[in-house]
Amino acid sequence: MNNVVEVFELFLFNIIVYNIPLLYGTTGEIMIEKSGSLNLGVEGTMAIGAVAGFLFGARFDSLLVACIVSFIAAGIVGLVFSFLTVTLQANQNVTGLTITTFGVAFYYFIGNAVSNGEKGWPKFSGTQLDAQSQALNIPGLSSIPFVGKALFSHGILVYVGVLIAILMWLYFNKTVPGLKMRSIGENPAAADSLGINVTAYKYIHIIVGSGIMGLGGLYMALNMGGTFEGSNCWINGYGWIAIALVIFANWSPAKALLGTLLFGFFNTLRVQNAALAYAFPNVLGWLTKIPSHFFSALPFIITLIVLILSSMTSKGRSGEPQAIGRSYYREDR
Amino acid sequence: MEYAIELKGISKSFGPVAANKNINLSLVKGEILALLGENGSGKTTLMNMLSGIYMPDSGSIFINGKKVSINSPEDSGKLGIGMVHQHFKLVERFTALENIRIGMRNVKSVLIRNNVRKNIEETAAKFGFNIDLDKQVSNMSVSEKQTLEILKVLCYGAKIIILDEPTAVLTVQEIERLFAVLRKMKEEGHSIIIITHKLNEVMSISDRVAILRHGEYIDTVVTKETNEKALTELMVGHKIELNIERPIMEKTHPLLEIRNLTVKNDEGMIAVDHMNFYIRGGEMLGVAGIAGSGQKELCEAIAGLRKIEDGLMIHEGKSIVGLSPKDVLAHGVAMSFIPEDRLGMGLSPSLSITDNIILKNYNDSKGIFVNRKNGRAEAQKVIERFEIVTPSTETPVRRLSGGNVQKVLLGREIKSGPNVLITAYPVRGLDINSSYRIYDILNEQKKKGVGILFVGEDLDVMLALCDKILVMCHGALQGVVNSDNTTKEEIGLMMTGSLNIVDRYGKTAGIAKDSVITDEEGKAE
Repeated sequence: MNNVVEVFELFLFNIIVYNIPLLYGTTGEIMIEKSGSLNLGVEGTMAIGAVAGFLFGARFDSLLVACIVSFIAAGIVGLVFSFLTVTLQANQNVTGLTITTFGVAFYYFIGNAVSNGEKGWPKFSGTQLDAQSQALNIPGLSSIPFVGKALFSHGILVYVGVLIAILMWLYFNKTVPGLKMRSIGENPAAADSLGINVTAYKYIHIIVGSGIMGLGGLYMALNMGGTFEGSNCWINGYGWIAIALVIFANWSPAKALLGTLLFGFFNTLRVQNAALAYAFPNVLGWLTKIPSHFFSALPFIITLIVLILSSMTSKGRSGEPQAIGRSYYREDR
Repeated sequence: MEYAIELKGISKSFGPVAANKNINLSLVKGEILALLGENGSGKTTLMNMLSGIYMPDSGSIFINGKKVSINSPEDSGKLGIGMVHQHFKLVERFTALENIRIGMRNVKSVLIRNNVRKNIEETAAKFGFNIDLDKQVSNMSVSEKQTLEILKVLCYGAKIIILDEPTAVLTVQEIERLFAVLRKMKEEGHSIIIITHKLNEVMSISDRVAILRHGEYIDTVVTKETNEKALTELMVGHKIELNIERPIMEKTHPLLEIRNLTVKNDEGMIAVDHMNFYIRGGEMLGVAGIAGSGQKELCEAIAGLRKIEDGLMIHEGKSIVGLSPKDVLAHGVAMSFIPEDRLGMGLSPSLSITDNIILKNYNDSKGIFVNRKNGRAEAQKVIERFEIVTPSTETPVRRLSGGNVQKVLLGREIKSGPNVLITAYPVRGLDINSSYRIYDILNEQKKKGVGILFVGEDLDVMLALCDKILVMCHGALQGVVNSDNTTKEEIGLMMTGSLNIVDRYGKTAGIAKDSVITDEEGKAE
């Protein structure tokens, strides 16, 4: 019986583990899209944030350094995206795709170079960085039966991610700068005519949004034990799912919290279907009969279904910014 | 006299097109100044320089006697200038309150609280606005949106208020309400500039009238000392004799008859309002009207590009209502529409002349392959016939000069051998020589017995070229006049809605004596 409880706890625990990187990616992208830009470079931005954050974190043996560097590195990627699309008015889709291609390649390039270097890939286990990113063990809360372990025994980055989503929701809905930012995503000409600095607002929100994605990348790196595999990027397509989740969450950071949990569930199913089938042979025994490849493909299949369903909802209630993806030029006639 | 605004020698060009040439204008404190001019006379451009959207190429702006430079809408707002744009600058997804809130400068708090609501409500009450601050803009009527726009600039403390064609979208009652608000604002010491085409409104609301024509400043007159006729003359200018040929042909029976045609525009508002007219073979019918009076929608409706709400369109005895553009063309009705940006409609800029010609008759090819050889030969024919200057038939259309682009478009439509040709703004932006070449091309068609509908901008050209001129105002027919039998002033008065002569001669204009439509069929539903 103990075994069953453990499996259940682990299952819940893992849902959160898998949902957090998506949450960072999704909230970061929501911020960028709400300010009127469509950034398809989530995957690449997360990869750069991950590799830069991890290497510096390992070098200085500090989680704080890792977070700061990861945020800054991804922020620089956002700066490049802003410069190209806002100042030079380049096509946002092409620029975003380029960033993804570049970012993933950057991960392999730096990763291979460090692995083959004199000192080799930095060790992770047993370092301060490892210790700091481990579970917090909040006294009292973590020992609540069933949910205590699942909810309150994670690394600090999990809680930071949830905090960011909540703060972002407050910023969007309760503050004047948030309102101004949303007005730019809806109708930049209107915002401009009221003296709101459209360019500055777009730059700031693209950079901050990219920085948040970078943290998500760092979380994935730490969660995979910081080992560079060389064959599989840490981000592993999560950046793309995040873009789809933005639509699923209807551009709301609060709903993103729910949406990412759903994906966390299916991802956990992929990893733990065997354990579940073993723990509940009568009810869930059939899980073992499904080929493992199907579980690997499941998040992407769900993404597809989610996109179809959310595209069918009425336009009136959609939170999609009206001016998304379009460049703004004041003297346009 | 104290001036709120003085403009001295303002010029502004967009590429080679001069929108404003050396304009001088003054606004006295506490007055309502009407800015009058035809479309394209540069009114909106001039006002956009005050609101910080555009920057003047040369000249200086004085606000309250001080020389200023307005580099952005923010600068403009700080100087106390508020502009109500013709196309509202509102965030549809936001409520009225949110729309006002995002432009407020003097409120320190970063949180959205209700502390600003009281101020807004007070301002609204002061000027007699009735507005629900929590209503989302997308659920508002046009008049409510305009009220919100005006309330917005008042809340920002604007002392100089510019309204760009505020009455164009309003009903008569709404206009009266707007004017009451404007008078109230004047009492409170605001200075107002109102852009409009409608002379009766100018006469009723303004203290002075400034007139622009073709980007140039003409004069400023005191409203009390003038009348509608004098203003029309200033607005349209004196008649210029143009040496355009107008062959007189024997006219046939009506080829195309339009009866009670009603069409809506993209926003769902009535753009063409129970229009009647007909075109005979060998006749050129001009269509005059201020831009945006429904010309585009009229052309699109006939060509089968726009759904009609009501009415009949009879071509040689057969209805063309509801036919696809291809079927309309097969009937013998061709349209060439030159939009403001010239390339937007009809031609594909990156494709070659040959490809653009094939676009219209690719269906003639057999199987799935396009017959390019024929297309190229036809392109060559069009090039020779209309003297199009181009390196080859394979040159992308966007690389041609404006006149040549228009010749390609017109040439392609004529090539299909229509017996009704609809052409809108065929000489837009062309130099004199190219324009005359286009007139010749049209006259050739007319001599062949083709009926031509010529939607134009320049009244002098239309008076010289067309046999008859149909005048429309806000989508409604104001009358049909004979070019030899009218004056520019008369057409001007009709365009601005001051004169309606549909029933002048004891019969309804736009209905042919030998119409194939019986009275019974022609009745509006």
